[in-house]
Amino acid sequence: MKGTEAFQELLPLLNDEPVVHANGYICRESFNIKDREANFYMIGSMGLASSIGLGVALCKPNRKVIVLDGDGNVLMAMGTLAMIAAQAPKNLVHVVIDNEVYESTGSQRSLSNQVPLEQIAKSSGYREAVRVDKKEEIKPVFEKLMNSTGPSFMLIKVEPCFDPKTGRVTHTPEEITHRFMKSLQPTGNER
Amino acid sequence: MTSFTSQTFIDRLIQENFKFFTGVPCSLLSGLISYLEEVEDARYIPSVREDSAVGLCAGAYLSGSLPVLLMQNSGLGYCLNAFTSLNLIYRIPVLVIMSWRGQGGKDAPEHIIMGDISQKLLETAGMDYAVLKPENCDQVLETALQKINGEKLPYTLIIEKGLFDERH
Ligand SMILES: Cc1ncc(C[n+]2csc(CCOP(=O)(O)OP(=O)(O)O)c2C)c(N)n1
Ligand SMILES: [Mg+2]
Repeated sequence: MKGTEAFQELLPLLNDEPVVHANGYICRESFNIKDREANFYMIGSMGLASSIGLGVALCKPNRKVIVLDGDGNVLMAMGTLAMIAAQAPKNLVHVVIDNEVYESTGSQRSLSNQVPLEQIAKSSGYREAVRVDKKEEIKPVFEKLMNSTGPSFMLIKVEPCFDPKTGRVTHTPEEITHRFMKSLQPTGNER
Repeated sequence: MTSFTSQTFIDRLIQENFKFFTGVPCSLLSGLISYLEEVEDARYIPSVREDSAVGLCAGAYLSGSLPVLLMQNSGLGYCLNAFTSLNLIYRIPVLVIMSWRGQGGKDAPEHIIMGDISQKLLETAGMDYAVLKPENCDQVLETALQKINGEKLPYTLIIEKGLFDERH
């Protein structure tokens, strides 16, 4: 499956969950397919989407929190997998778009072709870690993980295909902070 | 303040609504961390690296908590990208409690250079800080709270050797 197809399968499955995005094309792809107030587009600080997501999950235990990560980002902050496993937030779903390259900087190879990230997550202590290769598996696997106790890890294997004409996130970083925080304020229908 | 200890200082932070603590240990901060592990009104989450701790604090802040990051100044280098490309541009504040190893050039070799440049690095990044002392605590905290709650920017308290008790 192509990277873009994974986003097109996944994003319609979201409701009002906070989603913390890894930097680079992951932000841009998601922003252009469907912008949401509850999207935190982390445009810098490569590697930190997972720790930001962990902080949100720990402080908002009644919300399902999603991290939308990339293989290069995960590899840069592998220690955070241990932090997530140790804190074990039940409400965290860590989704990784694994194209086996740093696509955003010209598709240089990463290490995830040789190092199975889902096995690292599993042996770190994530409750579940699933690898998905087919587009049709995304919906059932994601829905199952959203309804089970986390932390869970979903590795989606894709082929790089990003269209560099895809625009950048147009919100300013301060606007991103503001609307993300607003979307996290209690609404009365938390689950 | 009658006495200034790890306990009174943390209690004061908790009073100011800082209840989310994380970091990577330093012996100069060991008294603070061991008190944090006992106290009920705050949580301390061990981080594996200082930049992961910056991310964790950012997530906590975005969720409505006031975070504190404890670290040695040797962790400052790891954090600079996070401070400059996350906290400063998104206006995500954090209270940083940073121990000062290598102060005055008298310390183990690995601390000397960073001990000399920590404050310059903060200044270069445009990040405000103060060296905490028992006698300036009230005033420094007021400045920190203004930075954090008012301007939504990070503020660093620098901790010299001997300010807090060490437990090891
Ligand atoms: C600290 C740091 N190093 C390098 C970069 C340059 N950079 C931006 S995105 C990116 C690749 C991210 O890789 P991955 O998470 O796999 O996402 P992909 O680009 O494949 O979608 C890199 C290396 C950066 N922004 N920050
Ligand atoms: Mg990649």
